[in-house]
Amino acid sequence: MLLPVEKVLTSYSLVTAFAIVGVTMWISYTLSERVTQGRVHGSAIAILIGLILAYFGGLLTAGKQGIADVPMLSGMGLMGGAMLRDLAIVATAFGVRMEELREGGLMGVLSLFTGIFVSFAMGGAVAYAFGYRDAVSITTIGGGAATYIVGPVTGAGLGASSEVVALSVAAGLVKAILVMTLTPFLAKFMGLNNPRAAMIFGGLMGTNSGVMAGLAATDPKLVPYGAMTATFYTGLGCLLGPSFVFLIVKLIVPA
Amino acid sequence: MIAILGITEKNDFFASMTIYGTAILSLSLLIGLSAGRLLGALLGVDADIGGVGIAMILLIFSTDYMKRTGRLKISTESGISFWGTIYVPVVVAMSASQNVRGALSGGVMASLAGALGVAVCFGLVALFVRLGRGKEKEGS
Repeated sequence: MLLPVEKVLTSYSLVTAFAIVGVTMWISYTLSERVTQGRVHGSAIAILIGLILAYFGGLLTAGKQGIADVPMLSGMGLMGGAMLRDLAIVATAFGVRMEELREGGLMGVLSLFTGIFVSFAMGGAVAYAFGYRDAVSITTIGGGAATYIVGPVTGAGLGASSEVVALSVAAGLVKAILVMTLTPFLAKFMGLNNPRAAMIFGGLMGTNSGVMAGLAATDPKLVPYGAMTATFYTGLGCLLGPSFVFLIVKLIVPA
Repeated sequence: MIAILGITEKNDFFASMTIYGTAILSLSLLIGLSAGRLLGALLGVDADIGGVGIAMILLIFSTDYMKRTGRLKISTESGISFWGTIYVPVVVAMSASQNVRGALSGGVMASLAGALGVAVCFGLVALFVRLGRGKEKEGS
């Protein structure tokens, strides 16, 4: 009985994903309006539901792609993958005024470098506190605290152990999820309500998925500005991590 | 007004199609990502540096140029703006395909390494946002 349905859902997985995400959005916006009286943004609830689904997907399949590892729901991976995500995010820039980007530009660049160094420093300090004494491991885990791409790229460049690389990926994932979930609640505290603030936020946080989802849950109008700076973060982190940051760590922790 | 009049004067036979907008968007993204990769390669890293940002600037400039010359028709526009409006659902799908289990299985150290940086950066955003405002006031 169920088999034909399953077959359709699996072979038309992207269409399945559109339907499921649509229903999730509807549930989330209804909850936002009825239960929280609009205090919690509908997209924030939708993103939370997405993360919970991802957790159960991971438990069910032991895969790395959350709910998208369930064959019927593999379209979620395509819909939320880099290709459509980047297409959609560039489209949000349509209608953005160049002046606003220029105004936030300098603070954006400053935020980028500060964000990268602070993340490396914090991640590295935690690694040190937990008993890591070699510069390679400290830098790699610090890179993970930047983003879950910077960590493994730095680790690969420096020849870190696979255990340390796995830890750095986990640190980066924790960061992304924290930024996704906490941003809408801390938006007021941060003054995150204008394009310039969004550019600062994107530069300091840097984690693409975290920034994009965090801003979407706060105010979708801010998305292009945060994305503009965050898009430079991972690349710069991969550039600075195995070179400049590693040399500094080596000076502090001679091993 | 002049721009609107300009549109009607021109031959609309093939001037307006939704796919034109989507194609402009796609080209911006492809060129931007290639430029980002090139920038990465020039700096010696196997990563994309600012590809999406470059693509956004390309899209802003190209659509602005088309608007000024009256080439940006409504259906062309809708081929771009549709993808912008689908952004939040795409992000929901993205969050549903995150490796949440992996994040939670990293243990105390990984969680702390991630969380501490985030906490400090949240504070820094608040600080930087206010710093920027202070300067603006001094300047004016």
